[in-house]
Amino acid sequence: MATFNLTVNGKKQTVEADPATPVLWVLRDHLNLVGTKFGCGMAQCGACTIHVNGSATRSCMLPVSSVGDQRITTIEGLSEKGDHPVQKAWLEHDVPQCGYCQAGQIMSAAALLKENPNPTDEQIETAMNGNICRCGTYVRIKAAIKTASQNLNA
Amino acid sequence: MTAIKTSIGRRSFLKTSALAGGGMMLSFSWLAGCKPTPDMVELPKEWFELNGYLKIGDNGLVTIMSPNPEIGQNVKTSMPMLVAEELDVDWKNVIVEQAPLNTTVFTRQLAGGSQSISQGWKSLRMAGATARRMLREAAAKAWQVPVDEITTEASMLYHKASGKSASYGEMASAAANIEVPKEVELKNNSDFKIIGTSRNNVDGQKIVTGQPLYGLDYRKEGMLIAMIAHPPAFGMKLKSVDDVQARSMPGIKDVFTIKTYPEDYAQQWCDVDSFPELVVVVGNTTWEVMNARKALKLEWEQFTDHEISSSTFWGTTVKIKVPGGLENSAQHAKVMNDLSAKAGKVVRKDGNPEAVFKKAAKVIERSYTAPFLAHNTMEPMNFFAHVTDEKAELVGPIQTPEFMEKSVAARLNLPLEKIDIQMTRQGGGFGRRLYGHFLVEAALISQQVKAPIKLIYTREDDMSFGVYRPAYHALYRAALDENNNLIAFHVKAGGIPESPLFANRFPAGAVDNYLAESWTAESNISVGAFRAPASNFIAGAEQSFLDEVAEAAGKDPIQFRIDLLNRVVSNPVGEKNDYEAKRLIGVLELVRSKSNWGQDIPEIHRGVSAYFCHDSYVAHVIDLKVDNGKPRVEKVHCAVDCGIVVNPIAAINLVEGGSVDGIGHAMYSGLTFTNGTPDQINFDKYRLIRHKEAPKAIDVHFVESDVDPTGLGEPPFPPVIGALANALYKATGKRHYQQPYLGAGITLG
Repeated sequence: MATFNLTVNGKKQTVEADPATPVLWVLRDHLNLVGTKFGCGMAQCGACTIHVNGSATRSCMLPVSSVGDQRITTIEGLSEKGDHPVQKAWLEHDVPQCGYCQAGQIMSAAALLKENPNPTDEQIETAMNGNICRCGTYVRIKAAIKTASQNLNA
Repeated sequence: MTAIKTSIGRRSFLKTSALAGGGMMLSFSWLAGCKPTPDMVELPKEWFELNGYLKIGDNGLVTIMSPNPEIGQNVKTSMPMLVAEELDVDWKNVIVEQAPLNTTVFTRQLAGGSQSISQGWKSLRMAGATARRMLREAAAKAWQVPVDEITTEASMLYHKASGKSASYGEMASAAANIEVPKEVELKNNSDFKIIGTSRNNVDGQKIVTGQPLYGLDYRKEGMLIAMIAHPPAFGMKLKSVDDVQARSMPGIKDVFTIKTYPEDYAQQWCDVDSFPELVVVVGNTTWEVMNARKALKLEWEQFTDHEISSSTFWGTTVKIKVPGGLENSAQHAKVMNDLSAKAGKVVRKDGNPEAVFKKAAKVIERSYTAPFLAHNTMEPMNFFAHVTDEKAELVGPIQTPEFMEKSVAARLNLPLEKIDIQMTRQGGGFGRRLYGHFLVEAALISQQVKAPIKLIYTREDDMSFGVYRPAYHALYRAALDENNNLIAFHVKAGGIPESPLFANRFPAGAVDNYLAESWTAESNISVGAFRAPASNFIAGAEQSFLDEVAEAAGKDPIQFRIDLLNRVVSNPVGEKNDYEAKRLIGVLELVRSKSNWGQDIPEIHRGVSAYFCHDSYVAHVIDLKVDNGKPRVEKVHCAVDCGIVVNPIAAINLVEGGSVDGIGHAMYSGLTFTNGTPDQINFDKYRLIRHKEAPKAIDVHFVESDVDPTGLGEPPFPPVIGALANALYKATGKRHYQQPYLGAGITLG
């Protein structure tokens, strides 16, 4: 056990945990931030995607000891009122079916648009390829990312 | 208007004060759904429950209970829409809550068979119509006018002659004291204001902001985390446990074994007993429990042949033989080939197929196979349980709460009324959560540790303790005469351990000489329903085969099917054909026109397919383009006849998803076994379709219909596989007989 001082969604948090604990479980079990989902535990499905210093990162294989003073953003902290352009576009296109993977999809999409506000279809597919949606909402996800991109550039 | 007898119980009067402080933010239990608009709303001071499906607040807010499990099929939005339609309420004023399991109020709280909407079509509308009638009677009484003169619109009551009006909220209290009418009238379809209009997912805002919704998100004060260890292979059981090290690890509360079902227990169809005894680790946090589980030293041994007694979905009891031994995929393939070469059980025979095949000008024979599939819901299996001597509280994702309540009650030896099951939103179902062994496991674990627990499966647990889609095999033969007419048709289909045959579906009824045979092979690998059970294989096989037959006959594949179907319309063969040929023709014609079939589009290779299942009809045309040697689905054209479409925006989503899901599984997915152990237990080896491989566009077209709604969650999945195989043939010149097609060296994207 060790003590870690984390910055999560702009708030300082102190956590007692085994240094090897993946950030995913620190968020879910220690901080009760359950928006970040468990899907595979080996960075293959993207359900656990968060932002570390603004970059999309799989939290299920990221030891809490490796975070240091880097800023962690989860789906709960992506926007204050749930009105990030990506979130709004997701609602506009009514993207989710079961919805379980969508937090991870949204976090990947938000990181992509921050880096590249006007991505091509190919760039969207490449950036999103690590996020599996078992319900098959890929076509809507792409459409929502394009809408968000247009709104960001408007 | 249709008058129907009401069958809901007497309304109860429920007086619930708003939370202290009066006007509040929307603040229900987290199991409740969102309001369609996420704005802050005032809660009513009092709620008046008019029946188990709905309550109306004094301020006009209406809460509608959604009875069925939500697995992504949109019932939490579309079922309340049916209630709201007949209540004539403004959808803006509706809050949706997930109903708990309550068999006295609700019927068929089940997610399966694509039947939620069709089975709820009358009962949900009746619930809304009953409440509307009671509101009208209350207004008539208050205004001393005949009830027939009271009209409603968008949550308001009107008496035109006197100019009086009142909101539902104002009349709710009086309505709650009105007798439940014995009969109510339902609206004509042409008067629908909500049904047939697009309404966004009621949980949308919660989903996109990461609010707790799913079973894995549930927590309760004092809750511990539990995980199970199960045998590494089907055919094995627990021999010994050394838990010394695991027990000493940080955060660990207990390690013990459980027997999911006692030996003399009569199982239900949804019970799963592949691994009768499990090792359980309970601790404070998920990571600690995961680590301790790795430190267990467990020995396993093979079990021998045995028999289990189980009831079917329809209530009959069957004995199932569970063979011992460790199974391999190579052996499965051999068994299937061998059995396919022998005579099967004749399920249907029309005319004299044997003789006609002998004199045919041309005989085409092809065999198709598909592997086991794991469901891989994105949210792995899990359940919360808190069991005390008095009661059992269970919360989580389950498609069959009514059935699993019985299993839990029997296993804990508690009466049914002591079992409380709440359903969370579910991170996918696809059939996997019909089989709720994990509820029983969670209940037993909580009972043992005398604390609330949440049982969590890892992805590896989920994939290696599956209730898989069976492995299948189908042999098809077609006989053509010298004029290329289809004169005989033969299908022989089987699987491990279930047959995928539907003997009375197309082309049964279209061919004078028809033979359908079935066979099965036993196995100790647990299998069950997977999105569109059996259809999910046989549609692709049959529709690929028909494509080849059409080609051999020199006919256009759509016209070839339509010609056969016209024969069924005018002069069907046999007495029992499960499908309506006209509706199958309808979707083929629609997809033909919408896709501009027959027009040559440069670089586009096309395949078509059509299938009937779950009372609905779906046809697909797939456009493939080869880019740098890789085929890519440019567009899926899809025509659907599922009767009345309740919520178009979600219905289109479901059809898009089913199409992607079908393409993905046919192309990439498969579970193989070595010595009883699945070779793929996570997404590094088990492939699911990803963004780069998904179709670039999907066009969905519904047949305009006045027929009561039929299934939609499953029907779009099976036929798209045939369209994919047929388009791949056009693109590559090679026919594909074995799923996943990736094995044939093809990748999409």
